[in-house]
Amino acid sequence: MTALVQTAAKSTVLPFVAAMVLGLGIVTIAGHVQASALHDAAHDVRHATGFPCH
Amino acid sequence: MFSKIVTSALLAGFCTGLIAALLQFVLIQPVLLHAELYEVGTLVHFGNGATDATPDLPGFDMMRDGLTLLFSALIYVGYGLVLVAAMGMAAEYGATITARTGLIWGVAGFVALHFAPAVSLPPEVPGGAYVDITARQIWWWGTVIATAVALALIAFGRAPVMIASAIALLLAPHVIGAPHPEAFTGPVPPELAALFATRALGVGLAAWALLGTLAGYFWARETAES
Repeated sequence: MTALVQTAAKSTVLPFVAAMVLGLGIVTIAGHVQASALHDAAHDVRHATGFPCH
Repeated sequence: MFSKIVTSALLAGFCTGLIAALLQFVLIQPVLLHAELYEVGTLVHFGNGATDATPDLPGFDMMRDGLTLLFSALIYVGYGLVLVAAMGMAAEYGATITARTGLIWGVAGFVALHFAPAVSLPPEVPGGAYVDITARQIWWWGTVIATAVALALIAFGRAPVMIASAIALLLAPHVIGAPHPEAFTGPVPPELAALFATRALGVGLAAWALLGTLAGYFWARETAES
């Protein structure tokens, strides 16, 4: 019974956690990673969105 | 469930990213391009008499502004995923998610990811004086996490100790202080830097309000179908 409840809880939370990790990953790559090609491409958006840029 | 989150976030984030980019082109880009003239030395602010405040600025650049559009959409899809995931999780615990309540979520997102870091680390105009990027990024993430947790405590906390913890978390990053340079060497006029920061915050608020509203709308629609 406990195992069933735990499985149910896990499968309920997992998609939300996965989506949050995916979202934070996208924000990190687009907004924070300093590789120069990425930095140059995202430059104006990074400034406008208030990320530390240079 | 995961596909519903992704669908809602993609629709809300992509629309918001496009509109945020358009607002950026109209309100922020002219200030940014103007500041860059000082950054590269085309215009000089001090010791040169008065400088023309309305120079000719470069027009629409297909490559540069196209990438801005793309990355704006990408970043707001990322924010959308975080926001929809948080909304969906709250819905599991009984919160009502609609376009109307989504607006509050969006404004909370703006406060956590845009406004709180800006209180001590204003949106940076190109050509300002800034310290090491890594230190600023660490402070930025710390502030975002502390503020997001604080807002969740205020929204869902019941005990007074939770509200007290929230206030401490809201204040802590600013009491600790953001990394600032030891000397000011930036060549950009303060008028431009101030306008840039306020415009960036204004566009950010508009974008987050829209993101929250759309995310709430799409999430309600996605979950109503099942």
